[in-house]
Amino acid sequence: MKSLRYRMIVIVSLLVLSVLQLLPRRVTQRVFDAQAGRMKDTAVRRVPISLGLDLQGGIHLALEVDESKGPVADCSDAIRRAERVVRTRVDEFGTTEPVVQVVGECRLVVELAGEKDPGRAKQIVQKTAFLEFRITDMKNLFRDALPGIDAELRRAGVRGGQPGAVSAVSQLFSQDTTKQGTADTTAGANAPGALSAVLFQGQLPGEYLVPEEQVSHAESLLARPEVAAGLPRGIELRWGTETESRGARPYRALYALEDRPIITGDELTKAAARRDQVNNHSVVTFDLTRRGSRKFCEATGRHVKDYMAIILDGRVQGQPPIINDQICGTGQIDLQNKPLTEAQDLALVLRAGALPAPLQIVEERAIGPSLGADSVRAGVRAGVFAVALVILVMIAYYRLSGALAVAALAMYVLFTLGGLSMFGFTLTLPGLAGFALSIGMAVDANVLIFERIREELQLGKTVRLAVEEGFKHAMSAIIDSNTTTALTALILYLVGTGPVQGFAITLLTGIFASMLSAVFVTRTFFLVWLQRRPAMVTLSV
Amino acid sequence: MLRLFAHAQYDFIGLRRWAYGLSALLILPGLVLLLVRGLNYSIEFTGGTFLQVEAARSVSTAQLRAALEGAGIVGSEIQTFGADTVYAIRARIGQTGDASTQSVVEAVGRALDAAVGADAYRIVRTEGVTPKVGGELQEKAIMAILFSFVVTLIYLAARFEWRFGVAAVFATAHDIAATIAFIRYLDLEVSLVVVAAVLTIVGYSLNDTIVIFDRVRENLRKFRRQNLYEILNLSVNETLPRTILTGGTTMMTALALAFIAGEVIRPFSLVMAFGILVGTFSSIYVAAPVLLWIERRWPGQDVRGARAYAGPDFAPGTTSGAVPAPATGGRPKAAV
Repeated sequence: MKSLRYRMIVIVSLLVLSVLQLLPRRVTQRVFDAQAGRMKDTAVRRVPISLGLDLQGGIHLALEVDESKGPVADCSDAIRRAERVVRTRVDEFGTTEPVVQVVGECRLVVELAGEKDPGRAKQIVQKTAFLEFRITDMKNLFRDALPGIDAELRRAGVRGGQPGAVSAVSQLFSQDTTKQGTADTTAGANAPGALSAVLFQGQLPGEYLVPEEQVSHAESLLARPEVAAGLPRGIELRWGTETESRGARPYRALYALEDRPIITGDELTKAAARRDQVNNHSVVTFDLTRRGSRKFCEATGRHVKDYMAIILDGRVQGQPPIINDQICGTGQIDLQNKPLTEAQDLALVLRAGALPAPLQIVEERAIGPSLGADSVRAGVRAGVFAVALVILVMIAYYRLSGALAVAALAMYVLFTLGGLSMFGFTLTLPGLAGFALSIGMAVDANVLIFERIREELQLGKTVRLAVEEGFKHAMSAIIDSNTTTALTALILYLVGTGPVQGFAITLLTGIFASMLSAVFVTRTFFLVWLQRRPAMVTLSV
Repeated sequence: MLRLFAHAQYDFIGLRRWAYGLSALLILPGLVLLLVRGLNYSIEFTGGTFLQVEAARSVSTAQLRAALEGAGIVGSEIQTFGADTVYAIRARIGQTGDASTQSVVEAVGRALDAAVGADAYRIVRTEGVTPKVGGELQEKAIMAILFSFVVTLIYLAARFEWRFGVAAVFATAHDIAATIAFIRYLDLEVSLVVVAAVLTIVGYSLNDTIVIFDRVRENLRKFRRQNLYEILNLSVNETLPRTILTGGTTMMTALALAFIAGEVIRPFSLVMAFGILVGTFSSIYVAAPVLLWIERRWPGQDVRGARAYAGPDFAPGTTSGAVPAPATGGRPKAAV
């Protein structure tokens, strides 16, 4: 009975896997903090199945390049520029997993789960991109002003060591990041100041690093009037886009920059990424308009060896490059050994700022969270009703065998939900309906098998043989019929969009899970049953 | 033991002409109506704006309409949606002019402010689609159905043979026509989700047809002497308990969804329930007779199962011919 043991092991491990997938776990969610007026991260415990917009509420937007004011030459590049811009902005939304995706050639889909205000969403997504180049705080004016700001904050009652922060000793303000934690405290008295406690000096002048878990705290500090008042004249603070790891900890960059741009996106005409033939560096080249060229030439002449931040919509993109020489007309940004994809991304940012693509909304859906919750409730109620019905019918009609099928059905439900969770598929309202329906269909395989077993018993075969033959003969029908259904579901998935895809995915997962439970699990149950009662003459089927 | 239709010997195929009549009676007026009035497409297909509004108290739709027209949106469709205080407002492009979603939402807001008061309503769902996207969706839906036909034909031709494929696709086409007629009779709104229901019916109908065809394939090998008419009847009768049981549970699920799962999913569930019914019907009365018709028109060795079925992995087994004469007593004696 080796094969039986092997079957049991497979079933139990599949069960464990499914249950593990469905255990509630902590998920970090960015939510809107009404008090501070900005986003903050919170952890929520929930079952890790992602719900579609129609179930949790939210906004779906499909955008295309607006050609009403003249044709746009290359819509696929235009939409990629727009995608890059929208990506940097989605942080402004209170959304767990925002979706920004180019669909097909020239369409951009933005999905914001949980967002309630379509007007705000559209405004933020459609806002024209703004690109500017600014010199970083080369004279470290901000660093010098920090003790003053800290003192102001302390006077306003903001303490340095906020709860949950790293111990004061490690919160050192060092100029050299390679020796983080060992340098001297320049931040004043014994207790580090509130703001300087969360800032670490970065690699270049004006760059500061904030540990990721303290970003929201830093944001709320920066929003205080004391900080605004204490900032040196002509200096502004801007967040970077990326999270970078130093050691094992993720950091977000904060830049102190001159408040006046040396040039804006209007003055750019072209940008492209390439690999330098000589030193194999990734580089981005850009061209300037005549006017921009004159301005840039003059400004870069004054700022040789300074760092220049590239800012899109108020966020610093990548690490500011150094100005090696006076740049006139055509510039080149050398990313050294960084991968070419990074250069391509930067080129995209420059193009996005140079040629903002006006977007037109071609499709929008907004579903209120209350409607979504109603749908979940109603869908679950219908599902429970359907399951109860199927259980009743199966047990009444097939008795003990029916009970085995019901046990297999329970596993089917677990497998399907576990599969949805494991592969990160999204559950939509039609998906929920598809799931309820597939419960009805899931018993089909069992019905086919049981009917076949009954027929074989009728032919006068022994119980063992009848079960054997029943499974064997029912198999071709089960496989052929499920394959065709799976094929149509696959086509639905490939051709459909949004909710329909959700439905197709649920149906597909359901078909696989039902084959597994009906064929493999029920079979094993029968084998166990027959092994325990080898002398069984009549089968409860 | 509880057994339904255990030794059924109904002459299903003999009644096929009645069934044709029934199908024609169901489908033809529906299609005529379709040609005259078209389908009630959702704004996903026509382009326009859809709003679902929950109000604190009930207002007459006439009152809402008046308020909307006052706000400049003429020709919109206003219906209650499930409950008395829930309204569905559709402003289609073409009927209401080119009003943008934004302006419709604002107009509805103003109209509701006037009709029920500023804080006494909530807009719970907004959909806005441009005609271009709607047209694309229509194209995609038709593509999906045609594509699924092709794939089915190929699959069945490989696993059975081409006659079975043609018969199954014919039955499926019948189901789609019948379902469209049904949608037309009830004047259900054709949304993307309803299209998904139609495609699921394609899957279900094929599923059901194949279970019967699988038995036909097996019986053709088992009883080489009998003619196809008898074998079809035998196969339909043998699979009848399964047809009733599976069809029944799935149908009840669909009905449960239709009546419990709420307004949003109701058209989908109703279409599904009808599709299951018609899919079961067509497996018996369209797929099987078409197979018979093809066999009579183009008699061939293949349908007789003379071509040895090569597929030892999960085949019913070419050895099944060795099973002694059936003791089912279920062999129909119907005359041709």
